[in-house]
Amino acid sequence: MKISYYPGCTLKKNALNLETSALAVGKELGIEMVELPRWNCCGTVFTLASDDLMRQAAPIRNLIRVQELGENQVVTLCSMCYNTLKRANLLVKNDNEKLATLNEFMDQEEDYRGDVKVIHLLEILKNDVGFDKIREKVKKPLNGLKVAPYYGCLLTRPKEIGLDDMEEPTILHDLVESLGAEVIDDPLKTECCGAYQTVSNKEVVADRTYNILTSAQSRGAEAIVLSCPLCDFNLDHRQKDVEEKYHDFEKIPVFYFTQLMAIAFGMDENVCGLDLNYVNPLPLLRKKKLIHKKRKRSER
Amino acid sequence: MAEKKEVMVKIYIMNKEHEVPMGLTIMEAMEYAGYRFIRGAGCRAGFCGACATVYRKKGDYKLFTALACQTSVEDGMYLSQIPFVPANRSIYDINKLDVEANPVLQLYPEVARCVSCNTCTKACPQDIEVMDFVQAALKGNFEEAAQTSFDCIQCGLCAVRCPSEIPQYHVGQLCRRLYGKYLEKASKNLDKRLEEIKKGNFDKEMDKMIKLGLNDLKKMYKEREMEELAGE
Repeated sequence: MKISYYPGCTLKKNALNLETSALAVGKELGIEMVELPRWNCCGTVFTLASDDLMRQAAPIRNLIRVQELGENQVVTLCSMCYNTLKRANLLVKNDNEKLATLNEFMDQEEDYRGDVKVIHLLEILKNDVGFDKIREKVKKPLNGLKVAPYYGCLLTRPKEIGLDDMEEPTILHDLVESLGAEVIDDPLKTECCGAYQTVSNKEVVADRTYNILTSAQSRGAEAIVLSCPLCDFNLDHRQKDVEEKYHDFEKIPVFYFTQLMAIAFGMDENVCGLDLNYVNPLPLLRKKKLIHKKRKRSER
Repeated sequence: MAEKKEVMVKIYIMNKEHEVPMGLTIMEAMEYAGYRFIRGAGCRAGFCGACATVYRKKGDYKLFTALACQTSVEDGMYLSQIPFVPANRSIYDINKLDVEANPVLQLYPEVARCVSCNTCTKACPQDIEVMDFVQAALKGNFEEAAQTSFDCIQCGLCAVRCPSEIPQYHVGQLCRRLYGKYLEKASKNLDKRLEEIKKGNFDKEMDKMIKLGLNDLKKMYKEREMEELAGE
């Protein structure tokens, strides 16, 4: 299967490890994700002001980029991009007047017709590939690795665009289970990570991260798996601030779902970009005999 | 034989009506009408970016942008010059920037306010995909930003029209500097040639040229050895 791929800005810099692992895992499963030749920022955070149409130009322009290739669907990896693109799409699909205003404003582009479908890689894995086929692909089952899936808000909320149940999502649970890991269910799995509070009020995020991570740890989790680069920043990189504030805190590795897939598929570790993970996951992976190569990692 | 009559067009310079001959550039037409440029005119060849112009055509609601030295007057043009754009320009030492930490976002944080409205692109008299290079800068892809903004002549019309108050022309310049300083592969031949110059390999020839008169210099220039250009 070949599909247009919208990366978003974060995947080209801070979350490069999500992109490299996802593209590699996709290839392994026969999903060819072809980056759009031209794309702009997704719009970052869907605006809730109903008359703030200017903020819809960015997401809709990206959907025009898909449409002008003659394609009718686009896959994203970043939860923020997924949320913003899909909600903007829904907005103009349900409101012809707003669509017409936007089309008139972007008069140098072809008109957006509203029929591009925005999908997340997780949906392809569930609906098109299937977890059974993923199970067959596993060469190095993540046996004995206790992983707590974390969804955050953007994948499942609001209901109209969510890819799973809002309160009790299972898609990451099912995926990780098919990789052979032991799934730890945690009640804070859909709790907000603090999102962009991390810029101006990192203490709020440190508190939330502490709550979310220690809740998972108290249930036996040895690692967290997630899909969103912003959640990843807050749950992984902010552990530095958590450690400073809470002296009883013990660090816990955080993985993108695609990193765990690459490891379970026995793929070259380089595609995982583990150097970009803040909490060093190598000791845990070695302990579980999931990596064998001795490799150095610059400690941060 | 009847004398060839000049065709005149009506234009409005800062809303004052003038009749000028058709075929003149905006800059020439303004001079014909009696204006004298002290600022807002430079190379008169489309390279310096000093003669930014905003205009509207009679019966059209759109505001257009152009370089006064490169655009012919049309009947019913309402013209206004923008000789200087007071957009924010950050001061930095290019040698002290960390190219990995996206210095664009540090020096021009307003880049993150881009809503992809594309108004900058529509304003650009150089037909540059301005929004695309701003977006490339936002992603930290300075090579793409440098290449896409290469033809920028710093007229500033993009910044005047931008609803997010981004000084695109300064951002592009920063990206080209970052690309040149940190990312572009160094040319081995350039180092070799610099070494040759330092050694004095060309001193004799240079001395000879300095002593030449203007006509001999012109002749020498015309007869110089040249590499064949691609496609010729």
